[in-house]
Amino acid sequence: MRPQDERELAAAIRDAAGPLRVQGGGTRGLVGAGEVLDTTGLCGVRLYEPAALTLVVGAGTPLAEVEALLAGEGQRLGFEPVRWGPLLGASGESTIGGVVAANVSGPRRVRAGAARDALIGVRFVDGRGEVIKSGGRVMKNVTGYDLVKLMAGSRGRLGVLSEVAFKLMPAAASEATLLLEGIGVGDAVAAMAAALGSPYEVSGAGWMPGLGAMLRLEGLAESVGYRVGRLGELMQRFATPRIERAGSAALWRDLGEVAPLHHCAGDVWRFSVKPSEAPGIVARLGVPVVLDWGGGLIWAVLPEGTNARAMAAPYSGHATLMRGCGVASEPEAPGVAELGEALRAKFDPRGIFGEGLGA
Amino acid sequence: MQMPVPDPAILAKKAAIVAALRAVLPADAVIDDPFETRAYECDALAAYRTRPLAVVLPRSTSEVAAALKVCHRHGVPVVPRGAGTSLAGGAMPSADAVILGVARMSAVLEVDTANRFVRVEAGRTNLAVSAAVEGEGFFYAPDPSSQLACLIAGNIAMNSGGAHCLKYGVTTNNLMGVTLVTMAGEVLEIGGPYADAGGLDLLGVICGSEGQLGVVTEATLRILPKPEGARPVLIGFDSSEVAGACVADIIRAGVLPVAIEFMDRPCIRATEAFAQPGYPDCEALLIVEVEGAEAEIDEQLGLIRQIAMRHAPVEFREAQSDEEAKRIWLGRKSAFGAMGQINDYVCLDGTIPVSALPQTLRRIGEMAAAAGLEVANVFHAGDGNMHPLILYDANREGDLERCEALGADILRLCVEVGGCLSGEHGVGIEKRELMSAQFTRADMEAQMRVKDVFDPGWLLNPAKVFPLEVSAARRG
Repeated sequence: MRPQDERELAAAIRDAAGPLRVQGGGTRGLVGAGEVLDTTGLCGVRLYEPAALTLVVGAGTPLAEVEALLAGEGQRLGFEPVRWGPLLGASGESTIGGVVAANVSGPRRVRAGAARDALIGVRFVDGRGEVIKSGGRVMKNVTGYDLVKLMAGSRGRLGVLSEVAFKLMPAAASEATLLLEGIGVGDAVAAMAAALGSPYEVSGAGWMPGLGAMLRLEGLAESVGYRVGRLGELMQRFATPRIERAGSAALWRDLGEVAPLHHCAGDVWRFSVKPSEAPGIVARLGVPVVLDWGGGLIWAVLPEGTNARAMAAPYSGHATLMRGCGVASEPEAPGVAELGEALRAKFDPRGIFGEGLGA
Repeated sequence: MQMPVPDPAILAKKAAIVAALRAVLPADAVIDDPFETRAYECDALAAYRTRPLAVVLPRSTSEVAAALKVCHRHGVPVVPRGAGTSLAGGAMPSADAVILGVARMSAVLEVDTANRFVRVEAGRTNLAVSAAVEGEGFFYAPDPSSQLACLIAGNIAMNSGGAHCLKYGVTTNNLMGVTLVTMAGEVLEIGGPYADAGGLDLLGVICGSEGQLGVVTEATLRILPKPEGARPVLIGFDSSEVAGACVADIIRAGVLPVAIEFMDRPCIRATEAFAQPGYPDCEALLIVEVEGAEAEIDEQLGLIRQIAMRHAPVEFREAQSDEEAKRIWLGRKSAFGAMGQINDYVCLDGTIPVSALPQTLRRIGEMAAAAGLEVANVFHAGDGNMHPLILYDANREGDLERCEALGADILRLCVEVGGCLSGEHGVGIEKRELMSAQFTRADMEAQMRVKDVFDPGWLLNPAKVFPLEVSAARRG
């Protein structure tokens, strides 16, 4: 099934006899059984007002199309959506609805927030086949419950998105990256904490094996120049930074896509933790990792079937198995899990959305 | 404002309910003396008052849980309360409800600058959160005007914003975790000092749920390093349209100021008379603030000046000192006080798309004239969050009703042009009946299903947010 508009989408869900497998760009791999519901027909720009930093777009619109449109006006999605296709061994081009459903946020999350923070409105069809909207097209809106946030990252388990609205950011006039080459994970996490705790508006803080720590500054040219100098001084106690300008964007694309781990065989794990816990977790895992979000996000590839959660413990936060077999999401505390299950039962009483997107 | 008829069965059981609360809480944590409960008869929407059945003021999460269990067992509605600063009636009690105030829970539990968060009890004031971390060079970003008084618990309930959210976002963008006590008395930890939810983003729907899903007793909040400096400019225009166009051009140019505030002539004149900030007497005035080191500020303001000059402002005044910066903000910050000195007023809170600004202002002017009431406009122009202030005389028969009718029309207009009823104050009782203007029955059903999950008996703050007729079947 490939509905062309919201009405067809609602009909398809209302009339569904059994489970549906909702598919956007097909970048995540589908789990479970059932008829495929392809969302790519729900595409197109509904409204773009650059002067209001507002975009409303069909959920099945390709991410690349959205990015190209915004770039033409010197704007972007602040949360820096990243493509995990190569890491997860999937092909296809992400849809903007898929990005929202998985709350995919890149390195700039430390400064600009996650996809859920940029999302200001949704329209979706729940498991009963009813069209529901929440939020809207204005960036300040507390009218009624914020189902927008609930839908972001819900992985299609509550409903199928038909339309999404974002608060946009201006693209940066210039950027530079400070590289602290060769420093290890422990020093890197300390350096990133110092950088992110400085007033220099660091918009990316990561670590890649074979390279070291990387810190990004973006903004007006003179401002970036000034902050490169000040942050450089602050980082002297860790390493003398090398300044990368021309190659900066490529470095952050590599980090977002977790390029250093593309060639590794095994299960792909993603840990979202308190940043200061990262050195301990990395030591306990004992495999090559990539760090983002100042250490708050750890990517690791472990031998197939490894119980990575047990190996990494203790940590706050959660670990997700992104590629491989096993329990994908971290089991939640009992009371919290019950609330989640009860919400799913309310929005999808027939259970037709199953497990939703593959983790 | 219509409120449901209090349940006579609960009113009749008052003594037993109070005794049950006293059995699980310290003596000074339960108030039922009708003179003392009078202090809780309203919030900042002071036109509406009802004395609650009783008030409980717990000092810990376990006392909150104990109180809620008692109320749950007796089927008594509970109205959570922070500092009582809600402009929407979010903390207004009903005669058959127990007020649960969290103001005694104000401790700082953990300051962690390396991981950039602070964990506090939810009864701490907004400003005292920043105060707890400013020595380390950090601050908590959401800055509602009432930040000296309002509590984090209320900020979370209403998803409060402030003047600086164009750059830093609102409460939901700065909230990392909560300890939530459900109506049944269950204590849940949701989120924490790490990014994103492992499962559904429950934190996202708890924030802004107006105390209808649970009582937040502790919060993990993101803190940010303080900028090196900030400087405002004041730009005066002889038309609102031109001021609106200037805002649009600034945003399009890729400059993202930390705040863009807008005042119209009635508001400028009132604040000038009240606080003498030295504003030009013009049709529209913008205050634009940027942050950074001196050189960074100069770079941004240079761009903003270039843009503003294209719109032929009647005045462009850049603060040359801290003193001048304070004076530029003085008028804006005293705007509500200035209006209050002239008369009683109702403060609206609708948001509109920034592009609809000139037409909306014009329509509001026409509607006010037709209603025979005065309206002054002051608002956050960068994000379209308007605060029209409608002046009325509470002592004049029928004036409040006329004022409320105009307010409702203005909010419907906000929705019509693509905006919403409330940008940062919440729905409460004030905008409850207008929800149908913005949402379909299915939209509201979806929201109410969330409440069904968290509070199946609909005991928490039940007669708020949803039109009474829409929530009637659930409230029983």
